[in-house]
Amino acid sequence: MSTFAPHQQKGRQPTSQRGRQSSPWSWRWGDRLVLFCAWTAGLGLCLVSAGIVIYMGYRGIEYLRPGLLFSRPAISTSQSQSGGFLDPLIGTVLLTLIGILLAGPLAVISAIWIAEYGRPSWLARVVESSIEIVAGTPDIVLALFGLSIFQLGLFAPLSFRSEAGGVFGRSFIAAGAMMSLIALPPLFAATREGLQAVPAHLREAAFALGKTRITTIRRVLLPSVRSNIATGVTLGVSRIIGDTAIVLLLLGETLHIEAQGSVPGLNVLRGTGSSLTSYVYDNSPAGEGAAPQKAYAAAFVLLLMVLALNLLVDRIGRSHQRSMGLSVPGGAI
Amino acid sequence: MTAPVQYPAAGLVPFSATGPASPTGGKRAGSAGPGSSSGARRFLASLFACLRNPWPDRRAERTLGGVSLLVSASVIAMIVFVGIRAWPIFAHNGISWLGPGGNLETEIGNMQATSVNPPAAAFHLRAWPLVYGTLLTSAIAVVLGLAIAVLSSIFIVELAPARLRKVVIPVIRLLASVPSVIYGLIGVLVLVPFVGNHLVTASEKASEQNVVELTGAGLGVAAVILTVMITPIMIALICEALIAAPTSWREGAVALGLNPLRAVLAVTLRGVRPAIVAAAVLATARALGEAVMIQMVSGGRSFEPNPAAGVVFFYEPLRTLASAIVDYHEGVGAPALKATLYAFAALLLFAACVLSIGGYLVKLPLRKYQTRG
Repeated sequence: MSTFAPHQQKGRQPTSQRGRQSSPWSWRWGDRLVLFCAWTAGLGLCLVSAGIVIYMGYRGIEYLRPGLLFSRPAISTSQSQSGGFLDPLIGTVLLTLIGILLAGPLAVISAIWIAEYGRPSWLARVVESSIEIVAGTPDIVLALFGLSIFQLGLFAPLSFRSEAGGVFGRSFIAAGAMMSLIALPPLFAATREGLQAVPAHLREAAFALGKTRITTIRRVLLPSVRSNIATGVTLGVSRIIGDTAIVLLLLGETLHIEAQGSVPGLNVLRGTGSSLTSYVYDNSPAGEGAAPQKAYAAAFVLLLMVLALNLLVDRIGRSHQRSMGLSVPGGAI
Repeated sequence: MTAPVQYPAAGLVPFSATGPASPTGGKRAGSAGPGSSSGARRFLASLFACLRNPWPDRRAERTLGGVSLLVSASVIAMIVFVGIRAWPIFAHNGISWLGPGGNLETEIGNMQATSVNPPAAAFHLRAWPLVYGTLLTSAIAVVLGLAIAVLSSIFIVELAPARLRKVVIPVIRLLASVPSVIYGLIGVLVLVPFVGNHLVTASEKASEQNVVELTGAGLGVAAVILTVMITPIMIALICEALIAAPTSWREGAVALGLNPLRAVLAVTLRGVRPAIVAAAVLATARALGEAVMIQMVSGGRSFEPNPAAGVVFFYEPLRTLASAIVDYHEGVGAPALKATLYAFAALLLFAACVLSIGGYLVKLPLRKYQTRG
């Protein structure tokens, strides 16, 4: 199950070392057909992936100007006048920060509790299956859930209000809170798998020295799963920056970041804005904007971020000598 | 998953090795430390000390457990809230709002037209086109994707040379992490115009012109992109199982005279069947909930593509439950429409719960040999 468990490293030797094998040309026709289909499927998917990156790169280099990154969007019908995407970029960064700050402690703590304590076991199973459910819930449902929660009078101070006092339930806090649910499952899975892969003798040594269990967790286990947590955070970040539905419903899709209230810092968090994903969506023919050049440029930036995060996951993984690692912790990526 | 090893309870450990502060003395030592006059500072200092000094194990266990239960609490809150908001639709239509009959677009128009206190008639809903669209796109994508995923997992694990494999794995993993809005953008700016201009013939457009306009956006493009989006998820799970399957199974089959590929197909693949089913289940959950990409490329009409229409079937527009939520989210102020959207969400949430529990149950038999290594 676990990608990081050391027992998997002694898994399967590469095919080439398997020894003498029969040549495919002597096989039956059906087998040869399956062989051909398998190669086609594998290479075809690679081609699709490469095609997407190359096409977006081509369009991105065609339309992306450095100025776009540093200028604020403006309302205009012509694409040369409608400004850049500084505000959406800041919005993405803010959302990521809020989401990870909320999800990180929650995910790490529940992973520790389940892997190290996990008593009573039925309660641990309840927590585990709730995380499974969160992982399986579509983002659009999470967005509607967030809307229903933050429209309650109780949470009114946390979100955008109209002049008449109506609570819209749209703000960076609302969107960030729901983003934390998106980032939770991969972060949890990565941490738990790391903890399960820590050899038992490490814990036993700590206990033999008279450490309590919680001290062992803090001084021995947490430092040794640091890289797993880093992988989890990276995966969580790449899910947050790629999410559109929550931004559309909970952040208000305003052109600029609009602060609400007078307290500096908090007013931005209570205000509305947009992210790169919603900017792409709004400028595509599906939104109202119909500014494909801007959409391509922003999508290229987004894709670059995702690529960088992917590389980061690889780098962290490789530094820790993991096995094949196609599977991302959490199964459903 | 391994069960946590049992260690002696905290109470049996005679002393804490980190320092003189006994576990229970943490708070006292902290509050006495700085000796400040201000109560707030003393409180902060004691809080800090409380975090810094070693906790007694029982308190740590309870605190961590309590924090973990927050996740469960939020899941319960989600089910309750979505259920409460969706209730009016269930109250007025029973379960028959899932069924056919009625015109969805006029029904939703009625809902948008009503004010704060909608009459009971405004809650009338027959959402079959959306349910049908959701099932149709997901079914096509999962069936297509499963075939591709099984074949390419065999390719990755068994056939590809080690060097090629090192390239293929990250490249396919990238497919899974591309944001759905980028898929949607490529779909709506590249694939839809291509299909609309080159694949849909003029006669096909004419044959449907009284029913619906064929622009290229529709079932075909949506299903193809959805397939690309969910295949990597399935590949990840199937590959994991193929790698974990004991090599001796396949070696035995080869020793009996099967060729390597047939041995994989006949023995290993059959052994990892639970993983394949689990992959299909997870991918279905993913496909059902995809909102933004489908909304961008599916044409945005509550139309039911008719398989009897031949190739045109794939060009006909549709709308899924999730994409309808994106389409109508601006109108969430109207109570009737709000209840409708939450009813769609409740249906998706129900499906997600069933599928994630199903996926968990299906994967159980796999643990038998995976822990054995």
